[in-house]
Order: sequence, then structure tokens, then C-alpha cells
Amino acid sequence: MANNYYDSSDLKKFGEITEWSEELGKKFFEYYGKVFEEGALSAREKSLIALAVSHVVHCPYCIDAYTKDGLQRGITKEEMMEAVHVGAAIQSGATLVHGVQMMNKHKKLSM
Amino acid sequence: MATKSLLARKNKLSEPKEQLRFLSNGIFADGKLPSFTEKLKVSQQFPLNPNSIEILQINVGYMCNQVCAHCHVDAGPDRKEIMTRETMLQCLDVIKNTKAHTLDLTGGAPEMNPNFRWFVEEASKIGVNDFIVRSNLTILRSNPKYYDLPEFFKKHNIHVVSSMPHYTQDMTDRQRGSGVFKLSIKALEELNAVGYGKEGSGLQLDLVYNPTGAFLPADQKALENDFKKALKRDFNIEFNNLFVITNLPISRFLEYLIASDNYEDYMYALVEAFNPAAVANVMCKNTISVSWDGYLYDCDFNQMLDLKVASKVQHISAYNEKVLQNRAIITSQHCYGCTAGAGSSCQGSLPNPSEGGAT
Ligand code: SF4
Ligand code: SF4
Repeated sequence: MANNYYDSSDLKKFGEITEWSEELGKKFFEYYGKVFEEGALSAREKSLIALAVSHVVHCPYCIDAYTKDGLQRGITKEEMMEAVHVGAAIQSGATLVHGVQMMNKHKKLSM
Repeated sequence: MATKSLLARKNKLSEPKEQLRFLSNGIFADGKLPSFTEKLKVSQQFPLNPNSIEILQINVGYMCNQVCAHCHVDAGPDRKEIMTRETMLQCLDVIKNTKAHTLDLTGGAPEMNPNFRWFVEEASKIGVNDFIVRSNLTILRSNPKYYDLPEFFKKHNIHVVSSMPHYTQDMTDRQRGSGVFKLSIKALEELNAVGYGKEGSGLQLDLVYNPTGAFLPADQKALENDFKKALKRDFNIEFNNLFVITNLPISRFLEYLIASDNYEDYMYALVEAFNPAAVANVMCKNTISVSWDGYLYDCDFNQMLDLKVASKVQHISAYNEKVLQNRAIITSQHCYGCTAGAGSSCQGSLPNPSEGGAT
């Protein structure tokens, strides 16, 4: 076994999760596939959303996968970076908005 | 980006045998990935046999004004292999008698062959149903002596097929060389100006997209829509179809894959994307490829790998469609590039031949 937590070649083995829980694995991949089909949103838009979310959830496998997916769809590096910023902005906003709670508590406890 | 061919750089990979050896070693020798033959056997498609010949693709020389990083021809200004008028005369004899409905001129930059115009005139006198010239676009603006080519193409009702790896400058120039995007746009404007790509003109202008790196192309229709929208919006340019092709792991693209440490991942991706249904539509099924010196190949890729047709007839001077029909197509691991996903030379799903030429 590799002596580190993330190994890029593990992404190729993702499908194997089905072997230990067939029904749930199959249902997941079916759902996953369906989500990314052209719909009300284009597959291209979904790819950019996935890239942003990959960064927010800190998933190196997803970042690799959706960078490649974006390239395949002709998405430019500027578009990809802007998507990452959207994710980052939401994430930092989510942190900062808790500052209000800190302020509330501070005010309540202070004279 | 290299400014010389592999050959001029004396790179080992300029040797077809070296490339074929590489493609059969490593992950394919130690059983990590199945060979193309094994894969064909599993889907009961081995050996691969041709259907009737519909396309005659003639490579009139490896000289080119560009040195694209992905070029499977290893073309460039330093390549001196150019088809002579004698060989062209032999080709014309074949064009007169063949049942093939499509003539497809490729290179290098075919326009750089000194007998190019003469050859086009002679071939069009014979009458060809679909007469394709693969133009890399920049050649049309590289020298004033080529400026009238759009008119010349129009006069002979040439079907122009041109490479355009992206609708942005950045991605195009990284694959094809700096300044290529701007010149290509200018050339497209000139082609549009004489009617190419315009509705109702009957003058066909198709673009060919191949990925600008170690990844496979996505859905053709979606990319075509993006290209059409962006080129119209940014430059008011119109074209007919976008053909999406996969880069085959040979020649300079193979060099790039190895140097960037992407070779294994790329081959995994190709093998994983193997689509048994795409095998029926690979270009070698209905094409004969002729090299600058008149030899015959299953396709332009096999030509670059020096894999001549497995037939008694191996030269245009002895061309015989019946005899050629009875051959097995020579395949190796590079063929995975033709069978990935929807397939990249599928005349089945595409109304027109989409691949094989460089340029
Ligand atoms: S590279 Fe493609 S077209 Fe050429 S022989 Fe292989 S499958 Fe056929
Ligand atoms: S890909 Fe085409 S334009 Fe580029 S070097 Fe090769 S033949 Fe020339």
C-alpha cells in the first residue's frame, strides 16, 4: 500500500467502490452520470461548477478530473480560474459572514 | 516550442521503427494495457479489412511553413520530401479510373508543392465529386504569391478543410506557433470574402479541431456550437462543419507526450475510450493514402510510420483497386487514437471525411 493518503492513480479505481456495495455504487454512478448530462444547464456550465466545487471541497481527484474535462470542452484557463474564484469567494464569504455571529456574541457579553 | 522537425533535430523518434517499438513496449508489453490487436479480437473485428475505396488521399509533400507541436507528419520548412510532376501524372491516371468519389490533398502544406496549382487544375478537369484541399490557413497569408488562392480554390470548387485548434489566440498559438491565430483569422476572412463557408454559396469550408494537449476531445456538436458562436461574435467568421479529431500518439505528438510525462496516462485514456462501434468507421476502411514518392498506405498515419499496405500492389504506378481491396489493414497501438469515443475519422456519424491530413 502506498505510504501517502492521496495517489493520483486511485482515481482510475474509483469504479471499484461498487464491488463492496453493488447496489449503492451503481445507483451513485448512474446518478452522477445523469447529473452531468446536457440539461437546463449545458454540460460545459456543469463542468465549470464542478471545478469550482472541487476546489471548495479540496478534492485533488476532482480537480484533476475537471481540469481535464474543461480542456476537453475547450474551456479556457481564464474561465477555469474565474470559476475557482467564485468557489473561493463563496468559501471566504461563508467564513466572514460568521464574523457577524462573533460581533453579536461580543456585544452581548460586553458592557 | 520546437522550430525544427524531429528529423532535422536528429531525434530518435524521427525513425518510424523507433516509434513502433516504443508503442509496443512498456505498458503494452507488460500486460497493463491490451494491444490494439487483442482489443480487436475481443470484439471479433480482427483482422481489419477495408470496404471499397471511396477516398484517395494524396500527400504531396512534407514541407510546411509551420512546425506544429502535435504534427503527426513531422512537417516543417526543413522537410524536402516533395511529390514530383511524374508521380502526380501517375496519380492523375489513377484519378481517371478510380471509383473513389473523393480526392483529398494533404501535406505538409500542399500549396508549397511547386506543381500544386497545375495538379489541382488537371485533377479538376477529370472531374472529382468532392475535391478536398487541407490548408493550414497561415500559408494563404504567408507570402503574396499565395494571396489569390481563395479565388483559385473557388474556381475549382475545392472543398477547403483547415485546422483550428481553438477560437482563442492563446490555445491556438501554443499548439501551432506564435502569431498563427491572427494569420489564420485573416485567412478565414479572405475565404469568407469569396464565399467560403457562407450559406448558399456551395463553397464548403470545414474546420478541424484537435486538442491542444494530452487530453481527448469532447463532444463534436457542443464544440462546433462554441466555435461558431465565438468566431461569429469575435471576428464575424463563418464556416460549415467542425470535425473533432483525436491526436494519435505518433511523431511529434508522441515526443510531446513522452517529454511532458503524459504518455502512460494518455494511452490509458485512449484504451479506456475504445469504442468497438467506431472501428467500422475508421478512415482506413475506405481510404488509400499515397505518399509524396508514390507509395500506398492504409492511412496518412501508417504512411508516417512507414507501414506500406500489405498487398502485392504497393505503388501508385501499379495501382489496382481489386487487388488492394483484398488486404488486411496494418494496425498497432496508435490506432487507439481512431477508436476513442465517437471515433475521430468516422464518416459514419460525419457527413464528410474529417481526418487523416495534417495541416
Ligand atoms: S491509424 Fe486509424 S486509420 Fe490508420 S490504420 Fe490505424 S485505425 Fe486505420
Ligand atoms: S500540423 Fe499541419 S500545419 Fe502544422 S506542421 Fe504539421 S502539416 Fe504543418
